[in-house]
Amino acid sequence: MTAEARQPRAERDEPRPGLSRACTPVRPMTPELYRVRSRRADRVDTVTLQLVPVRGGCPPYLPGQFTMLYAPGVGEVPMSISGRASSGGYVHTIRAVGAVSGALCGKRPGDVVGVRGPYGTWWDIPAAAEMDVVVAAGGLGLAPLRPLVRELVRHRSRYGRISVIAGTRTPATLVYGPELARWRGNGVDVQVTVDHPDHVWKGPVGLVTRLLDRIVFEPRRTFAFVCGPEAMMRATADDLVGRGVAARRVELSLERNMKCGIGWCGHCQLGPLFVCLDGPVLSYERAARLLAVKEL
Amino acid sequence: METVVIRSLEPLIAELRARGFTVVAPKARDRVIRMDEIASESELPRGHGDEQAPGRYRLRERDDEMLFGFAASPDSAKRYTQPPSRTLFRMRGENIEEPEAEVPRVALLGIRACDLAALAVQDRVFLGGRHPDPDYRKRREALFLVAVNCAVPGGTCFCVSMGTGPKATAGYDLALTELAGPHRFVADAGSARGAEILRALPRVPAAEADLDAAERVSRTAAEHMGRQVDTEGIKERVAGAHDSPRWQQVASRCLTCANCTMVCPTCFCTTVEDSTDLTEGAAERIERWDSCFTLGFSEVGGSPVRGSGAGRYRQWLTHKFSTWFDQFGTSGCVGCGRCITWCPVGIDVTEELANLP
Amino acid sequence: MGASGRTPARGPGGARPRLAVWKFASCDGCQLTLLDCEEELLSVAAQVEIAYFLEASSAPGPGPYDLSLVEGSITTPDDLERIRHVRRVSTRLVTIGACATAGGIQALRDFADVREFLSVVYARPDYIATLDRSTPISAHVPVDFELRGCPIDKRQLLEVVSAFLAGRRPVVPPNSVCVECKARGNACVMVAHGTPCLGPVTQAGCGALCPAFDRGCYGCFGPMESPNVRALNRQLRELGMSTPELVRVYRTFNAGEEPFRQASEDADPELLGHEKAPGEDRGGRR
Repeated sequence: MTAEARQPRAERDEPRPGLSRACTPVRPMTPELYRVRSRRADRVDTVTLQLVPVRGGCPPYLPGQFTMLYAPGVGEVPMSISGRASSGGYVHTIRAVGAVSGALCGKRPGDVVGVRGPYGTWWDIPAAAEMDVVVAAGGLGLAPLRPLVRELVRHRSRYGRISVIAGTRTPATLVYGPELARWRGNGVDVQVTVDHPDHVWKGPVGLVTRLLDRIVFEPRRTFAFVCGPEAMMRATADDLVGRGVAARRVELSLERNMKCGIGWCGHCQLGPLFVCLDGPVLSYERAARLLAVKEL
Repeated sequence: METVVIRSLEPLIAELRARGFTVVAPKARDRVIRMDEIASESELPRGHGDEQAPGRYRLRERDDEMLFGFAASPDSAKRYTQPPSRTLFRMRGENIEEPEAEVPRVALLGIRACDLAALAVQDRVFLGGRHPDPDYRKRREALFLVAVNCAVPGGTCFCVSMGTGPKATAGYDLALTELAGPHRFVADAGSARGAEILRALPRVPAAEADLDAAERVSRTAAEHMGRQVDTEGIKERVAGAHDSPRWQQVASRCLTCANCTMVCPTCFCTTVEDSTDLTEGAAERIERWDSCFTLGFSEVGGSPVRGSGAGRYRQWLTHKFSTWFDQFGTSGCVGCGRCITWCPVGIDVTEELANLP
Repeated sequence: MGASGRTPARGPGGARPRLAVWKFASCDGCQLTLLDCEEELLSVAAQVEIAYFLEASSAPGPGPYDLSLVEGSITTPDDLERIRHVRRVSTRLVTIGACATAGGIQALRDFADVREFLSVVYARPDYIATLDRSTPISAHVPVDFELRGCPIDKRQLLEVVSAFLAGRRPVVPPNSVCVECKARGNACVMVAHGTPCLGPVTQAGCGALCPAFDRGCYGCFGPMESPNVRALNRQLRELGMSTPELVRVYRTFNAGEEPFRQASEDADPELLGHEKAPGEDRGGRR
């Protein structure tokens, strides 16, 4: 865990003080080099990379945080951390949607990439203790939720019912299939819905919110973690709140344009927030009002 | 150290240069007062004034010997604290090199109270958070600041409304007030190194009459603000106005050209650019000024969050006057009026603020 | 830019990528920019095989090509055939310059009757086979990237070629000239001198060259990403530009770009009735 990550949330939310704080000797915009240790193709356009530092150790992270991943000569993008590599590093599941993510997906074992971070806020897992837990993912939104679910499974007895609901475009675009099966075997209700079924799909079809009817949770003592496209997150959060889950117990992970990840570049502003510093994980209590404003 | 009177700036300029500072001061160039390197007092724009209005700047002749008889120049201190572009690192094979930060030893002579306030805002942005910028700190600490209290505010100035001027009260090494009849400067030091330099200059203690005259200059300037803003409850008022039809009206005039953000002394947004060297297989990453008025600024997944001009103008104005308080505990606007003067179509923030519900 | 720009350009079997440079209706100025790269050109030549470039060599190599740079607009029936051929033999196709991206200065014919020109200019107009309009390449075939400018900027050309070789998105910001102008430290000629300037509605790329020499921007790089020409026109009128001057300022190298076409029509609504409808025979561009 980074020094700032260890601070309790309330402290992080205080206004930033003036000139007094000593500055760190390293330049925050320079990445550390990491080597691709392994590469797994999840689907046609999605790969999971294990990245280990070329030199030294790798700072700890909390589920929900992200790194800035640099493909040398191509560019840098924020990327949620999907897990810890077995030999001490980060796991990133990346979909090729642009030049940088495409270049990262093309990396092979032995190749070098740059990593800065981890940055940002994390899923408030301790707050979910003793409660029913709903984990809702849209598409690759499952990637930042994976380390969270692994944490829940590791301490299964601390929580009430745990449900993972995931929506995906087609059966073929689902990631972490074998892992979902393992979670099922560990006391997690895992449900998957698809937008476009193929000829063998026998499961649910349609929006992920429809799966809320198929899982069991006690709304007044439920904590929810939601990640996916913004429209999906808002629909899911609204649905959960409508069923009686407190908005402060629904957490989302937001996506905005980021060039620095450390509050310098200004791109990720969402009203008063810097998504890189105050997010990406935010309670719906805080985010709902902001997301409702068009072009904020 | 007590307040003194100096007759000429020549010894000050010589002293600063002797101490290794490049002296950057107002100069009449391109028919504008620009901040540029000088070697002697004779290069200062004696007898020049300016006329500033929304979308309009003209250099004017003055019928006196004033060296600083004009308002804010288009150049703030930003260029020296946050250069328009900088190399972040170069990568060759598996090696990353960080180029040494360029830290010019510059004395800014003739910086205004609004600019000092802007530096204090920038300090909060770049040094006050969890990720301070070590290069900014170096550049900032290398600056020697000689403020000149405004005598002739411009038609677009509103520092009084924003509580930042016209008299410099903090953040300077030296502060000067220019007086006529006879031509002289009342000077006081705001830092130990300022005091040290002042001690090295030919000077006389300031008389009561000098102090009164200096006070009168600042008082008169305060009474001649070209613009004003009602800041009462401004943070809440602007934040609450996101559905106002006024944004559409201003968008019909706004060019989304980004000039306002470029001249703003506190606008800090940047983007990064990657390049690859054809011959050496080296990669380089630079950071350069960016603006919330560009479409790429808010692009997520191939389309901008703020696609409309109204959305982009609202973001800029709301950031300056409202969300800046949430983020940095202060206003993002210092009332220098540059965004009004240098908007090619003369959009006036003070007017836009007044017209919000 | 198209998704095809996202993987590094490689020739078959890892050979040097093959580059071709093609010319349509144009003045050759943009191709000359490539020759003007001198030292950089040597490294381009080391990185790529320049397989077809009549301006630099008289030996055209056979296709296919990994990257084709296309200069010029489509103005003749022959051009129509040839550009389809170029597209067929090219993995990536990048248009360079105002002619190829907007129809060029010769697109002024779009605002008049070409047959009338022919009869006035040529002794034997029947020898001339020409289309009614001068159209950009993208009106006829898919284009992977359009590099603006009249002529193009050397730095940007090298950037586009480097980016295609590296598989990244070219850094060619579509924002206004003002962003470059301020970064360069120019005084705004419009605000400080009252000089009419198209910078606020024009795409950056030239490095704010004209304003650096106290001239207003001529719009060589075409419309920026979100041009508000109506707002600029109001200001240009205040600075004393007459209606014919306003029309002329937009009707240059990028007259065929929709926002500039609209700007000229906005300046003089009378023009609308006398012209061909915008978009006609433009092949559904954009």
